[in-house]
Amino acid sequence: MISVIGWIVIVIGVLFNLLGSLGLVRFPDLYNRMQAATKCVTVGTCGIMFGVFLLTGFSQTGIKALLCAFFVLTTMPVAAHALSRGSLIFGIKLWRETKIDKFGKDKFGKELIEGKDEETQA
Amino acid sequence: MEILMVGLALCAFFCLYRALQGPSISDRVISVDIMGIVFTCITALMAVRYKLPYLLDLSIIIAILSFVGTLALAKYMEGRHLDD
Repeated sequence: MISVIGWIVIVIGVLFNLLGSLGLVRFPDLYNRMQAATKCVTVGTCGIMFGVFLLTGFSQTGIKALLCAFFVLTTMPVAAHALSRGSLIFGIKLWRETKIDKFGKDKFGKELIEGKDEETQA
Repeated sequence: MEILMVGLALCAFFCLYRALQGPSISDRVISVDIMGIVFTCITALMAVRYKLPYLLDLSIIIAILSFVGTLALAKYMEGRHLDD
């Protein structure tokens, strides 16, 4: 019974990983891509690790999988936040149909939205 | 089990496409980071499939190295001001 639940959790995690990677390919902007990919891959990885823990119980493999799930859950959003802030300060522009950009207006005095005249690299 | 591993390999190929194609440097950095996390998942599934518990050590090490590399590149990009 527990192993069936573990398999279901692992399959859900793999589906989350596939959707996150598809978002990494298909979205138009750096920040959209980072949002989709980081959130989906975090949840998918935690699902796979928790499924491995359910399959093997309190053995050597299960405890290490639980530790790895906790580590990914704490460090992946930190890395994505630091990288998106660094790329905003670096000067990478937002998508051209973005409505409002308060960070750029406060810090730099102008909005960092990509203009119409520049070519879009989607 | 092997079908799940093939699905995760497909995830890694998507990340590889974005890392080769990406317009800016941050695309490549986040793609390599997510590819490392996907390799973590594949290693965990291999540890269950072949009954080798020490492969989980490898997955924890991959996660730590990916996190440290991403933070280093984010700090490098933040400390450099471009006036355009």
